Amino acid sequence: MTARAAGIALVVLLLAFLTVPSLVVIVMSFNPTAIMAFPPHGLSLRWYENALTYPQFQRAAVNSLIVTAAGTLLALPIGTAAALALVRHGVAARAVWAAALLSPVVVPGVAAGLGFLILAAGLGLLASRWVLIAVHAILVLPFVIRSVAVSVANLDPALERAAASLGARPSRVFRRVTLPLLRPGLAAAALFAVIVSFNEFVVSLFVSTRVTEILPVAMFTYVVNYTDPTMAALSTLFIVATFVAVFVAERLLGLSRVFGLEGHSHAGPSR
Amino acid sequence: MKGAGKTVVALQGVRKAYGETVAMDGVDLAVDEGELLTLLGPSGCGKTTTLNVIAGFVAPDAGRVLIDGTDVSGTPAWQRGLGVVFQSYALFPHMSVADNIAFGLRERHVGRTEAAARVRDALTLVRLAGVADRRPAQLSGGQQQRVALARALVIRPRVLLLDEPLAALDRKLRQEMRAELKEIQRAVGTTTVFVTHDQHEALGLSDRVAVMNHGRIEQLGTPEEVYERPVTAFVADFVGASSVLTGRAAGGHLVEICGALIAVRLDRPLRAGEMVRLVIRPEHVALGPAGPNTVPAQVAGVMYLGDHSEVRLELEGGTRLLASVRGRPAVSTGDRVYARLPEDAFLEAR
Repeated sequence: MTARAAGIALVVLLLAFLTVPSLVVIVMSFNPTAIMAFPPHGLSLRWYENALTYPQFQRAAVNSLIVTAAGTLLALPIGTAAALALVRHGVAARAVWAAALLSPVVVPGVAAGLGFLILAAGLGLLASRWVLIAVHAILVLPFVIRSVAVSVANLDPALERAAASLGARPSRVFRRVTLPLLRPGLAAAALFAVIVSFNEFVVSLFVSTRVTEILPVAMFTYVVNYTDPTMAALSTLFIVATFVAVFVAERLLGLSRVFGLEGHSHAGPSR
Repeated sequence: MKGAGKTVVALQGVRKAYGETVAMDGVDLAVDEGELLTLLGPSGCGKTTTLNVIAGFVAPDAGRVLIDGTDVSGTPAWQRGLGVVFQSYALFPHMSVADNIAFGLRERHVGRTEAAARVRDALTLVRLAGVADRRPAQLSGGQQQRVALARALVIRPRVLLLDEPLAALDRKLRQEMRAELKEIQRAVGTTTVFVTHDQHEALGLSDRVAVMNHGRIEQLGTPEEVYERPVTAFVADFVGASSVLTGRAAGGHLVEICGALIAVRLDRPLRAGEMVRLVIRPEHVALGPAGPNTVPAQVAGVMYLGDHSEVRLELEGGTRLLASVRGRPAVSTGDRVYARLPEDAFLEAR
């Protein structure tokens, strides 16, 4: 019994370790004073008002939505093609391709950011939002490839052969069989991509301008200049948004399916 | 059924290698109109590769594939118009049974009403009415197998290709489906190529059997021919588990086998001193006391199988001999016995 009690205590400690920082931020966000005092003296929503009405945050939020949406939509087809090529077809130098495509995960953000900055400057695109979109697509690509690759590996090649033998040309096989069966992997890929892209900061800092900067960069700039709890309020909104995204994904798709824990045999509730 | 004459599928000198492994080592084959031809062999013998080459899933390294006399070697699978049933059934999990069967009809732009009627007919043919709206995952293995067959037949394929379609079923169901498969094939009359490693399936279903080994066809003939008159030691062993004995001709009909002189009647005279490879089926080997045409043996193992038992014997020099006896034999492992080899029970193997 003591071993069991110790186990429970350890789990509680771990959960506390993971959640306490977020909880402190949430509590601080309701602080009525401009000084980050803990515990707060009273309750106020003034920092939420400040966060939501601060023009640079509004602009950055719109930028974030555009960059995340565009980057994800760009990464999904590229990542799906890459996953199919890597898992299915005998690509020459497969290990090299895999390493290159997955490298954004292991290359330090500062190094990647500097690289993209130099490249963008050389191309004269420093002020363009497209640089930021391309950078985000590249950064989320490893997550897309990994998620889709799981679904591809679960896909029985005989299904595509069966479709071909029934008279479906390759494009039809892809549309009627391959793509529908990759849906769980694509959903997981999209979720990962959105979360990673929406939270991306280091690399974005290098290739943002005041006009194109996304929310995390704007938040960083704000923290450098001000120390009031606006940041805590915004962080709370961030946490809530992420929770909502995961919750919606869970309700719509089921997390077990999203993470490929369940086989593909029961895919899709309806046609 | 056999010998209707017209060749539907022809393979000419087909070779296929995967790296070092040669899956097809110059395969020539002609499948006649309406017949059910089985490719029989152990795993890795090239039978599935042969099927995949006919289907167009695998491109041969050399040789030609002809369907109705037309070279289709360069034609992709989706333009060949063949029906394929896979070992895993490969039913589309995201579609209903009806949509699975209608898949090929939609690709052929068959009208909605006609397609529905043909799907219904196909389901009736495989005796599966009433499951049209279910998902494949909601069906039993035997039902999935029927859906796969219906899906392949509904497009009225020129040739039906079956890749170990019964392998995933349990024994009882497999025997039922074997009989039914034969009935259905007879009823629709579609030229069929069937792949299996199960000799009972091959003998029971086929008009002709091609026994494959190491990427080659060792023998092609009716079930009776490959069972009764195997032309190679491999065929004799694989189809019917015959034993292969090597002996030296000792003049006349006599052959010296493992220290015993055995009278052997072959369809050719033997030269004294020549080495011969003789094949004998387990059901022809009898156990008993010493006597004419017997060879001393030691029992290496007994397997009781209900209606008969398999007795594994070891002859002088370690040669193995399999005997099949009715019921439970009166011998056990380690016993010294004599095996009687009837003189007209031998075949010569290459």
